[in-house]
Amino acid sequence: MSLTPLHAIFALMSLFTVGGAVGVVLNRNLIYAAMYLVLSLFGIAGLFILLEAPFLAAVQILVYVGAISVLITITVMVTRCVFCKEPPPRQLTLVAVMAALVMVTLGFVIMTRFGGLTPAADVPADSIEQLGVAFVNPQAYLVPFEVASILLLGALIGAIFIARDDLPRDEEAVGGDDHA
Amino acid sequence: MKDWTFIVILSIVAMATPLAPILIGRLIGPRKGNELKNATYECGVETRGDTWVQFKVQYYIFALVFLVFDVEVVFLYPWAVAYNRLPLFGVLAGVVFVITLAEALIYTIRKDALRWI
Amino acid sequence: MPDLFTVIDDWLVSLLTGWGASGLILDIILSLIGSLVVVGYLLTLALFIIWFERKVVARIQDRIGPNRVGPWGLFQNVADVLKLMTKEIVIPSGADLIPFLLAPVIATATVLMLWAVLPFTRNAIGTDVSIGVLYLAAVSSLGFMSILMAGWSSNNKYALLGAFRAVAMLVSYEVPLILMLLIPVLLTGSMRINAIVEAQSIWYVFSMPLAALIFYIANHAEVARSPFDLLEAESEIVAGYHIEYSGMAFATFYLAEFLHAFTISALTATLFLGGWRGPFVDQVPTLGIVYFFIKSFAVYFVNVWARGTLPRLRIDQIMDFCWKLLVPVSLLLLVLTVIADKTALQFFSGYSVGGTAIEMLPRSAVLFGVNLLVAGIAVVSLAQQGRRDREADLYPETAVD
Repeated sequence: MSLTPLHAIFALMSLFTVGGAVGVVLNRNLIYAAMYLVLSLFGIAGLFILLEAPFLAAVQILVYVGAISVLITITVMVTRCVFCKEPPPRQLTLVAVMAALVMVTLGFVIMTRFGGLTPAADVPADSIEQLGVAFVNPQAYLVPFEVASILLLGALIGAIFIARDDLPRDEEAVGGDDHA
Repeated sequence: MKDWTFIVILSIVAMATPLAPILIGRLIGPRKGNELKNATYECGVETRGDTWVQFKVQYYIFALVFLVFDVEVVFLYPWAVAYNRLPLFGVLAGVVFVITLAEALIYTIRKDALRWI
Repeated sequence: MPDLFTVIDDWLVSLLTGWGASGLILDIILSLIGSLVVVGYLLTLALFIIWFERKVVARIQDRIGPNRVGPWGLFQNVADVLKLMTKEIVIPSGADLIPFLLAPVIATATVLMLWAVLPFTRNAIGTDVSIGVLYLAAVSSLGFMSILMAGWSSNNKYALLGAFRAVAMLVSYEVPLILMLLIPVLLTGSMRINAIVEAQSIWYVFSMPLAALIFYIANHAEVARSPFDLLEAESEIVAGYHIEYSGMAFATFYLAEFLHAFTISALTATLFLGGWRGPFVDQVPTLGIVYFFIKSFAVYFVNVWARGTLPRLRIDQIMDFCWKLLVPVSLLLLVLTVIADKTALQFFSGYSVGGTAIEMLPRSAVLFGVNLLVAGIAVVSLAQQGRRDREADLYPETAVD
């Protein structure tokens, strides 16, 4: 099996993904951990491009890096003790061993059940258009499409409900001339 | 796949482009740091206390509502690409999706969560 | 007449294959040359853009602007860059060096990467990816992390506060932006930018003026220019998240901001004003780049005009404007547009969704009517809200809670 540039790029993207994930877990500094998370998400976007799914890569960057990383970083930055050099958790070795066990088991199951490596199927040129048609096709994905919108509605209502007590009330608001 | 060669190369060139002047600036610029110059700026007075900011939940709420709308619009893009091929029913399905999320926005506005204090 | 860019491209390919390059190496070398050309011309253009802005803002403010260095002050920015390069980059005590220096790099890189998908002529485009429009939105959202990194690594309360406010504002205006980016995609049926430009036999600004307006306003807020420039308002938060930057690092942020402003003007020109389209562009394709720049500069002039004229808005006004006006109007516009378009397609026989300018006229007329309707609804509801607010102030006893 000769080494093609595609292999090299795949190796690089996997390095970003896994290396970033390792950096998130092991880094003492929370801000650096958030930056490693962004690197990991970029790696996943790269993997999507290699799988000829550019739409998913763009969605990954738009939603994960653009929105979720921002949320996580904002939360991390208002945590009081970002630089507290806590000692590493005592169970680190045990956790590492368990993670390795899970990886070996999953790898074994995937390689034997799914026949190992298979050649990638051909991706049609108008895959995004077909996805759009499938979204509103009652025999295809119409119900999950609408349920997704209801799920998003529920998520937003839940978040507002939880944050409701922290929001300033009308009586405390000074009308119009005191803004942070 | 060939499309992305240009983007990868451009991203490398684009990251190197501002990096070069900054490194040149570090090299040829003076580097006489003293305690007063390097102190962080606080309108002319000494910095007091740690550098952390009181958490205002507004920052989080805006980012969260943006996240929900971001995911919604991402669902709408394939629908928009397929728009010319869709029958009226398909278009109405998309409209129902948008209306559900408009309800989310109305709820958020009515609960006064989108107010900046 | 053949396109100048195709001629150059063919000549380069023949030259490189003559030297033995082929396949991937050929692609990489061509991409490298293309990237260097794009980045080089953008940096040169940046000098001209900043001069243009300073002159126009100066004239709006009844003064002359830079006129000493070079003819009409054209080399003023070169002098500024040379000066900034020799200034010290002060690293504040306690600052994190890597995020501190990485933030301006990422801010500039995201702006430069936007130019990979903008077409100068029919054949001169960096790469016509199948997800062009979504690529634009995704790359724009990369800028948020650079702001947070800048604010955090400065080890300064004001920088961090400024960074949070900046991100909250930019993130809010991203929503009407991506909603209105749907409109050209909807009308064209493809996310490829060249396809969108080719489909504009009638410019989309004429068929969907309200969408173009909302898109432009959201973009104007995304580059944080006045009237939305609370993030670097000297009187409020002293330069916001780049308060601790000096020397070349500050120059990089400055450059990124101006380049971003021009890039979004070019974006608006491409998606709504027809990009490289214009008279005689079929016979002489190279004319496309001329039209592209004329339109981009026209939109950029409007940008500078708004910046020089309009007063700064307060942060709560900015947020209300986005969430309580722009987003509901965008959603309403989207819904009514698709409903009107599809019903008209069902019931009118001469209604076509593509083709030449004459064929597209019925569709443009219907869409324009929908835009007028939604604009009317928005204006009427704003007027009613304004009246309710005024009466609540005048007659507090009778105000309904």
